[in-house]
Amino acid sequence: MDSLTKKPRLATVWLGGCSGCHMSFLDLDERLFELHRRAEICASPFTDYKDFPEVDITLVEGAVTTAEQLEEIRHVRRRTKILVSFGDCAVTGNVTAMRNFFSVDDVLDRAYRETATQIVGIPSGNPAVPRLLDRVRPVHEVVKVDYFLQGCAPSAEEIYRLLMDLLDGRTPALAGRKFGS
Amino acid sequence: MSVKTLTIDGKMVTGMAGETIFNAAWEAGIRIPRLCHVGGVSDVGACRLCLVEIEGQKKLLAACLTPVEEGMVVHTNTERLRAHRRLILELLFAERNHVCSVCVMNGQCELQDLAAEAGLDHVRLRYQFPKLGVDTSHERFGLDHNRCVLCTRCIRVCDEVEGAHTWDVSGRGARSVIIADMGEPWGQSESCTSCGKCVQVCPTGALFSKGRGVGEMRKDRRFLKYIVTAREKHQWIR
Ligand code: SF4
Ligand code: SF4
Ligand code: SF4
Ligand code: FES
Repeated sequence: MDSLTKKPRLATVWLGGCSGCHMSFLDLDERLFELHRRAEICASPFTDYKDFPEVDITLVEGAVTTAEQLEEIRHVRRRTKILVSFGDCAVTGNVTAMRNFFSVDDVLDRAYRETATQIVGIPSGNPAVPRLLDRVRPVHEVVKVDYFLQGCAPSAEEIYRLLMDLLDGRTPALAGRKFGS
Repeated sequence: MSVKTLTIDGKMVTGMAGETIFNAAWEAGIRIPRLCHVGGVSDVGACRLCLVEIEGQKKLLAACLTPVEEGMVVHTNTERLRAHRRLILELLFAERNHVCSVCVMNGQCELQDLAAEAGLDHVRLRYQFPKLGVDTSHERFGLDHNRCVLCTRCIRVCDEVEGAHTWDVSGRGARSVIIADMGEPWGQSESCTSCGKCVQVCPTGALFSKGRGVGEMRKDRRFLKYIVTAREKHQWIR
């Protein structure tokens, strides 16, 4: 609960995903006003923040693919009451995890050597470039997840329903969802 | 033929001697989940999703292989069965590479539907990411081992209905794969008549028609019923 506005505090984070889930979130359109009326949106890729704040609900888009994201999601988990895996990359690894067929070295070679045309070479030693984990992981493999919203991407309707359920204190009705579609 | 009366999920059901619990249940409107069973070809009990509890028996039995018996009391949807089914589905998802969002069968897939029905919203097991190939050597069809659940429907329909016996399983356990003839590329198979029956009965995106994009593959196995009715009743009706 936000001490000033007396509204539940909501955040979204973006790990290894294509931002499609966040685009779907923005498809809430005018329902964003209702959401704003019901919740304090404290941190998201659309807002500016330094340190991830204490919140009631966090939606996590994307799989965990870099060392930085691993740190981030652990931090987010410590500061969140209800953590939701938001979309298939968070839930299963999805397309983001398809690099798991290859070694990290091969993946980097492909991206920075074989297919590079301008600057050829792996940017190692540059602290601004996050280190890839050996294996992309779904969020629940590294931290406890409370709810799973499947879909690539989940529709705005599903996102809205989930958030309203959580804000009303109901267990979200997620039964019958499919991976993928 | 004698008629047997039994109880399935509290409902009185009748079946012919020799008929499976699975069939008797479905005819009575009780839909037991299944993946390897497909009407019109023999049953092999490969997937274990149709497991049921029978009172007085400790072991869970595959409904698609167990014949009905007089006075049997069958449960198809207990907590224990739901837990087993969920785990079986998780094993299937973890064992191969199912990336539904980029699959030809996205939205039409029997495995996807079974997972949704079972309320499977995440897989607790670690995904294995086996390196598997896609055989696109056939001029009209493709076989993507990443999506195969080894249900063997393709093998049975090709053998029993088409009479070609192109497919078989090679290897054991997690290393099993579907092969054409003696393991050659499908396009070089001498037995395949290119009838497409295997493609139509495959429950997943493993067998597909070429040229289909994500979520574009549709399967139609009405031909099976037509052929089986024609064979058994000598009636050529759709
Ligand atoms: S075969 Fe079915 S479960 Fe597997 S990736 Fe394709 S749609 Fe998903
Ligand atoms: S296309 Fe027909 S003959 Fe060829 S493998 Fe499939 S079922 Fe068998
Ligand atoms: S290719 Fe399809 S029909 Fe054949 S075993 Fe695999 S999933 Fe089953
Ligand atoms: S449907 Fe009975 S074991 Fe697969």
